[in-house]
Amino acid sequence: MSAKAQNAHPGMNLGYGEGARKAEVDVFGFWVFLMTDLVTFGLVFAIFGTMVGATAGGPGPEEVTDLRSIAIQTALLLGSSFAFSWASLSMKYDRGRGRTLIFLSFAATSALGFLVMEFIDLRHLVEIGATPQRSGYLSALWALVGLHGLHVAVGLLGVGSLTGQILLYGLTDKIKSRVTRLGLYWHFLDIVWVGIFSMVYLAGVA
Amino acid sequence: MNEDAWTPIPGSGFDWNPLTGRLHWGDLKLLEVFEDPSINSFVASAASWIAVLAALAIVILLTVKRRWGWLWSEWLVSVDHKKIGIMYILTGFVMMARGVAEGVVMRTHQATAYQGGFLSNEHWAELFSTHGTVMIFFVAMPFITGFMNYLIPLQIGARDMAFPVLNQISLGLTATGGALVMISLVVGAFETGGWTAYPPFTGADFDPGPGPDYWVWAIVLSGIGSMLSGLNFAVTIYKLRAPGMTFMRMPVFCWTALCTSILLVFALPPLTVAGLMQALDRLAGFHFFTNDLGGNMMNYANLFWMFGHPEVYILILPAYGIYSELTATFAAKKLYGYTSLVLATMSIAVVSFCVWLHHFYTMGQSPTINAAFGIATGIIAIPTGVKVYVWMATLWRGRIRFTVPMIYMAGFFMLFVIGGFSGIILANPAINWQVHNTQFIVAHFHNVLLPGLIFGIFAGVHIWFPKAFGFRLHERAGAITAFLWIAGFSLTFLPLYVVGLLGYPRRSAAFEDPAFIPYMIVTLCGAFVLLSAFIGLIVTLWLSVRHRDELAVPLGDPWDGRTLEWATPSPPPHYNFAVIPEITGRDAFATEKAEGRPYVTPTEYRDIHMPRDSVAGVFVFLCTTAIGFGLTWWIWWLAILGALVLLGWMFIYPFFDRTDEVIPAETVRLANEAWIAAISLREGVDRDDETTPRNRGFAATDMEQAT
Repeated sequence: MSAKAQNAHPGMNLGYGEGARKAEVDVFGFWVFLMTDLVTFGLVFAIFGTMVGATAGGPGPEEVTDLRSIAIQTALLLGSSFAFSWASLSMKYDRGRGRTLIFLSFAATSALGFLVMEFIDLRHLVEIGATPQRSGYLSALWALVGLHGLHVAVGLLGVGSLTGQILLYGLTDKIKSRVTRLGLYWHFLDIVWVGIFSMVYLAGVA
Repeated sequence: MNEDAWTPIPGSGFDWNPLTGRLHWGDLKLLEVFEDPSINSFVASAASWIAVLAALAIVILLTVKRRWGWLWSEWLVSVDHKKIGIMYILTGFVMMARGVAEGVVMRTHQATAYQGGFLSNEHWAELFSTHGTVMIFFVAMPFITGFMNYLIPLQIGARDMAFPVLNQISLGLTATGGALVMISLVVGAFETGGWTAYPPFTGADFDPGPGPDYWVWAIVLSGIGSMLSGLNFAVTIYKLRAPGMTFMRMPVFCWTALCTSILLVFALPPLTVAGLMQALDRLAGFHFFTNDLGGNMMNYANLFWMFGHPEVYILILPAYGIYSELTATFAAKKLYGYTSLVLATMSIAVVSFCVWLHHFYTMGQSPTINAAFGIATGIIAIPTGVKVYVWMATLWRGRIRFTVPMIYMAGFFMLFVIGGFSGIILANPAINWQVHNTQFIVAHFHNVLLPGLIFGIFAGVHIWFPKAFGFRLHERAGAITAFLWIAGFSLTFLPLYVVGLLGYPRRSAAFEDPAFIPYMIVTLCGAFVLLSAFIGLIVTLWLSVRHRDELAVPLGDPWDGRTLEWATPSPPPHYNFAVIPEITGRDAFATEKAEGRPYVTPTEYRDIHMPRDSVAGVFVFLCTTAIGFGLTWWIWWLAILGALVLLGWMFIYPFFDRTDEVIPAETVRLANEAWIAAISLREGVDRDDETTPRNRGFAATDMEQAT
């Protein structure tokens, strides 16, 4: 690392000190983690791709796709990501932790709405007999959608934990770096959802 | 629903209750021999008794010696990369004892296998499955992870890993996997589908028992640990290099470690995905790899080998790194062709992702696809060949000392090249069709893994043991052990090439052709030589500990080393370096010695911040072992409890601010100046006296000619 001062993460507004250097290592590490997660999702997508035709006489894409519900879910998740970016911006410009927390709570509520909608959809699938035990296609569908849903749920736990930390300690350097990392995770899940939305649902009924 | 009659998988026929799942007293292997006395059940029960008694002996020893507190505070909660590295290597040796013992039992069985051996077919299948799983995942992986842990921060001039607590968690997850495999020796049975555990044979339809579940959870949990290790190493190498340590100044071991880390990051997710899908198939009735309702086992084969082939290079690259350090150090020469070695390593890392299909040429692809993968496989031999030439050129006219590491190197040169050639033969799909699934394959991969990886590890242990513990290993015992490994390997595995070509299928419990018998007897003799070689390792360690005073090298540089780790006392202090060194060239320490300015007292000392101890590793180990064991035996409450506690901990953990431990500058100064003073009192030892008691770790360097 060069000796000259560098503002490694202007997005976090940490200045030029030791905090920025630590954040640089942590955030880079988190990018690498996201890369492994991307490989994981990519493989599940690939498996889904090979199993699109493997419906074994059971429900196919037409039966499992409710585009209206999927559209609302997409709006909720993209809205959640949008709210999170406002939280990040208010953190960057030092607009007080209250504002950051409000946007975080918007993001969390919206994501919770997404999960509820997804749950209702999956319950409907069980009702029409489209359980993962029915066919290879449905196994892959449930695994892919479920893996994404689990990621969102874990992310929600993270928002909860971070909210508590911000209330207790305020926006310290350490917590700013955590907000940044959770933000990366949040937007990453959005990108994965765009993939699910287009590959699983749109391509399924198109 | 009647609670008693309910089982999670309908029709699986297991007697299930909420408290102990499908686990019953009858699953304890310890009692098997008493219920059904036979040679077969005697071997099974004896193995589990050995495991239980060995664990008990360790517990008693720790209690009698009052070492529990020491074990806890010095080792288990330590986040020091050096201690974590040593614990990895120790794990590898413990598991290796099991793997070698299984090997001997298997060879004994095969020597009697003409028209059926002394073990039952299931027991035999369990043996080759556990042997492979243990040796790859819990011997080879901990060995290389241990070396990378120990060496990376020392060689790049850092104080610790980028994420020290995560490092400890990785070790905890590896221990979870090892623990599950060891538990399977005592409770229930392991799977019988080989270390690759191909479904549908390992699916719920054919094997509903706990065996494949043990495999899945051991592999998935330890696999996540390995992935996190890779992440940690990569970030450490990218971000924590000392000032001036540019990429092209890094020691070659660090380059191989970087490539291995990248492979770990990309290749472990396929294994996790394959394992979890297999678990969903088995536990929740999904249809990823089943025979019916749209399942496709080829997806498993592809996922597994997308991991499995890079895994081969994950294991061998750090060994290449060790050989590179070895040749340069023990020939007292600069490494010939550093740049080509780096390029070769990177090429191997990239091409290793393009060859996975050569593990199943016979499973129905078109000849075109097979040809493409055959060509890619042939190509990967080129950078490997480059490396062998680089090492030979480095040795050329060097001041070679035929000490233990060099004996392993010589064995590696002769035997590994044979293994490599058999690999090139196998790369050709047409030939591969003839010998696939025969002992020829067994000969090939033992030939690359044993002389390639394991010889490298043992050579590395001889090189860096004095760094870690402050005394050298016993030279004579080490040399005898090394020759035993070379002879044992040759006797055991080279005959397998012949019987493979004669058509002896691998993994078969019996054979029908009496022509194989003499070869099988030779390999049995070889197995006993290998067993004595393993005992030789223990004897070497025992003799070294006994003679540790005359073998002591506290000054830190017994081999006239070239890289930064030798510029520290042995063992290195917790913080590695009194001040972080400034790097001006390749082979940093060798440069300093050549310029006649090693061991300079720094002008200014500063306080050093080090991460504090943590219980995270032990905690994650306990939780994930509960999850793995619970899911294997369908003890849902245990698995859910483990998962909830783990999640709750992840939620709460960040609330506690982890402060650093500060080591005052004065303490560092005193320690460092005492070490430098001790050096100045001594005369450097010449390379001719390297293995005599005069060697206290201060080298009279001949670097002037050598750099």
